[in-house]
Amino acid sequence: MTSGGIRIKAWVATICALFAGAAWANPEPGQLNMTRGVTEWSSEPYFLNNVALGVCIVIGIVVFGAMFVAMFRFRKSRGAVAEKWSHNTTLEVVWTTIPVIILIVLAYLATGGLKSFADTTNSQMTVKVTGFQWKWRYDYVEYQGKALDKVGFMSKLDKESDETRQLKSGLDPNAVKVDGYNTYLINVDEPLVVPVGTKIRFVITAGDVIHSWWVPALGWKMDAIPGIVNAAWTNIKEPGVYRGQCAELCGQDHGFMPIVVKAVPKAEFEQWLAQKQQAAQPQPPAQQQPAAPAPASSSAAPKTAQAAAPATSHQG
Amino acid sequence: MAHAATHDHHDDHHGAPKNFFVRWCMSTNHKDIGTLYLVFSLLMFFIGGSFAMVIRAELFKPGLQLVQPYFFNEMTTMHALVMIFGAVMPAFVGLGNWMIPLMIGAPDMALPRMNNLSFWILPFAFTLLLSTLFMPGGGPAGGWTMYPPLSLQGDSVAPLVFAVHLMGISSIMGAINIIATILNMRAPGMDLLKMPVFVWSWLITAFLLIAVMPVLAGAVTMLLTDKYFGTSFFNAAGGGDPVLFQHIFWFFGHPEVYIMILPAFGIISEVIPTFARKPIFGYKAMVFAIASIAFLSFIVWAHHMFAVGLPLGAEIFFMYATMLIAVPTGVKVFNWVSTMWGGSMTFETPMLFAVAFVILFTIGGFSGLMLALVPADFQYHDSYFVVAHFHYVLVTGAIFAIIAATYYWLPKWTGHMYSEFWGKVHFWNSVIWVNVLFFPQHFLGLAGMPRRIPDYNVAFANFNMISSIGGFLFGASQLIFLGVLVHAVWFSKKKAADRVWEGAKGLEWTVPSPAPYHTFELPPVIHEDELAHGHVED
Repeated sequence: MTSGGIRIKAWVATICALFAGAAWANPEPGQLNMTRGVTEWSSEPYFLNNVALGVCIVIGIVVFGAMFVAMFRFRKSRGAVAEKWSHNTTLEVVWTTIPVIILIVLAYLATGGLKSFADTTNSQMTVKVTGFQWKWRYDYVEYQGKALDKVGFMSKLDKESDETRQLKSGLDPNAVKVDGYNTYLINVDEPLVVPVGTKIRFVITAGDVIHSWWVPALGWKMDAIPGIVNAAWTNIKEPGVYRGQCAELCGQDHGFMPIVVKAVPKAEFEQWLAQKQQAAQPQPPAQQQPAAPAPASSSAAPKTAQAAAPATSHQG
Repeated sequence: MAHAATHDHHDDHHGAPKNFFVRWCMSTNHKDIGTLYLVFSLLMFFIGGSFAMVIRAELFKPGLQLVQPYFFNEMTTMHALVMIFGAVMPAFVGLGNWMIPLMIGAPDMALPRMNNLSFWILPFAFTLLLSTLFMPGGGPAGGWTMYPPLSLQGDSVAPLVFAVHLMGISSIMGAINIIATILNMRAPGMDLLKMPVFVWSWLITAFLLIAVMPVLAGAVTMLLTDKYFGTSFFNAAGGGDPVLFQHIFWFFGHPEVYIMILPAFGIISEVIPTFARKPIFGYKAMVFAIASIAFLSFIVWAHHMFAVGLPLGAEIFFMYATMLIAVPTGVKVFNWVSTMWGGSMTFETPMLFAVAFVILFTIGGFSGLMLALVPADFQYHDSYFVVAHFHYVLVTGAIFAIIAATYYWLPKWTGHMYSEFWGKVHFWNSVIWVNVLFFPQHFLGLAGMPRRIPDYNVAFANFNMISSIGGFLFGASQLIFLGVLVHAVWFSKKKAADRVWEGAKGLEWTVPSPAPYHTFELPPVIHEDELAHGHVED
């Protein structure tokens, strides 16, 4: 076998993998399709995406095929003489009915996925996510039925990305790597740590303007809106680091507030949680200040910050 | 013959005024005002296009090389506002102004003075809007959708709101004029169901405009009072709701999308039968499909908001309603293909753009169908997949149709043929580069790149670079278009026949080329076989 043969095989494998989007939870160069994701639910959008894409490709081949045949056969330069007919009721009924049937099938599939997503009950853990210009805050509200207190932190763009992304910084985005994976603009100083195999309920809101919390590997995004608390859930199957970004335009640094979710085995998570609680415990009351959302650290804190009041929930 | 009457009458009637100011600024002539609209739209197309060039240049490779993120946001915001309100909408109004009276045998628009006003508002609106870029505090940077609270952080809320009000007033007056013209000024024998599909599409579009532009005006006025007068319509701390704005905005915004595509459907329905030399397939179905799409556009607005946390029932309703749109849209595409089937086709530039429209608009429709599926939309929403989708619908849809219409009717307007060779060069460059520009954006979105970001992870680098190269070349291709237009208007020696295209039917081809300053001062006598849809039985 020549090296050329091997290379071709490698190419074919790569192309198949790019389309399948199977193994990759985080963006990969040349990725062509949606990720399957790593949660109980994330295969729903992936599956729907593939089915809908397949349907569109088949319809496209039929319609564009007919069009190209027509453009080839019925050219004046080939001596085609225009026919006179201008309607055909049977045909029109057929091509109104067939799309309706296809749509009903797609709607049925989509409705199932939607219903399972809307059910946030029976969660074993609750995390509150708050979007700020331009960072995220995570508060651990409850775990296995026990209310948590004082476990919460801000999560913002890592220092290396931040230095590199400055206008004309002269630094190379390709050099920003963690474990060989390029993390430019998709890494944070402190990730959200969660256990695998646990139904986690996220309550999502914002402190200034609208943001959107999106980790493709979890299969969904949910807007973070000041004054409204949205809910969503996930149940991550595999440990790993999953990266995402803010998906709703939120001002000048909208492109620079990534999300990193670190999913770890339950035991490891419980250890981490205990550590966090301990660190928060012995502080004298005067020291509690830094635990607050700390908008003071952001020089660009918006004038509307007092609008935060995320308690006025009206949606589930 | 129709133009015989026109000629007889011409001897004792004045032509266009000689004075430049009187002719163009005080015009009440539908043809001159149509020209003004089209020239304005072309100017805005290049201004909005230059903003797009800045965007694509910054996105050429990872890292910030050219502009600060805030300026980048100004560019995305202004690109959208200029292209939507400055380029696409005025182009359709210009085409309507020029062609509707000619197509229905009317001497002019019903309300010529208002016609003048509705055009001349626009240069002021856009001067105001564009001037914000040079003001301290900068232009609007919260996206063309103006979502509060973000949009209220800017310093240009007032000029933005005032500019939007002006554009809205202009559009409403234009729409009233078009409805009044079509309903009152058709020549005897031009029954509603004998009108060209383009006229039908504009009649329906005009009703959409009147229905939704006031809604937009209301929404932006509430932004203005929230910013400056202490109200809390969209401020949760004061008892308001930021999501309310999105509901109001998209109640305008979704019909707006169809305002930008229905006249395009009309144009394509004129061009394809002409070059297939065969009547449009299913005329009544085509008209009914446009009307159903227009109706459905009012009940699908929340599909732009699937990620705001809508209740389950609302998500299901808006998903189903959105999917329904695929049915009438499918009917239109099938009918265009059937019109070609059994025809005797030639492929002059307008036909090439029309054929590209049918294929590429349909691709935009496919991604639209995918976006309608809520669970999948949880991934697509606000990603580059959406950017790819709406550029397929608006650039290869609306703008390709406008370009097709320009090539199709230009000889009638100027009396000269454009250069077919350079028209084809323009076409092939446009159609290739526009796909290089927008197709890779599907992949970027699927891989997880959010829209409206000035910089990105290196995983997105290769497709962004391809897209930017396509963007620069697509932009440059439009300079060819400019050249073809300048040549056709001032330099072309080739006289156009009255019936410019062999297979062309309809009243506009019965008047001389160039169309005289006044046409149909006496209503034409309509012969059924002169009309594209003279013998409608089904």
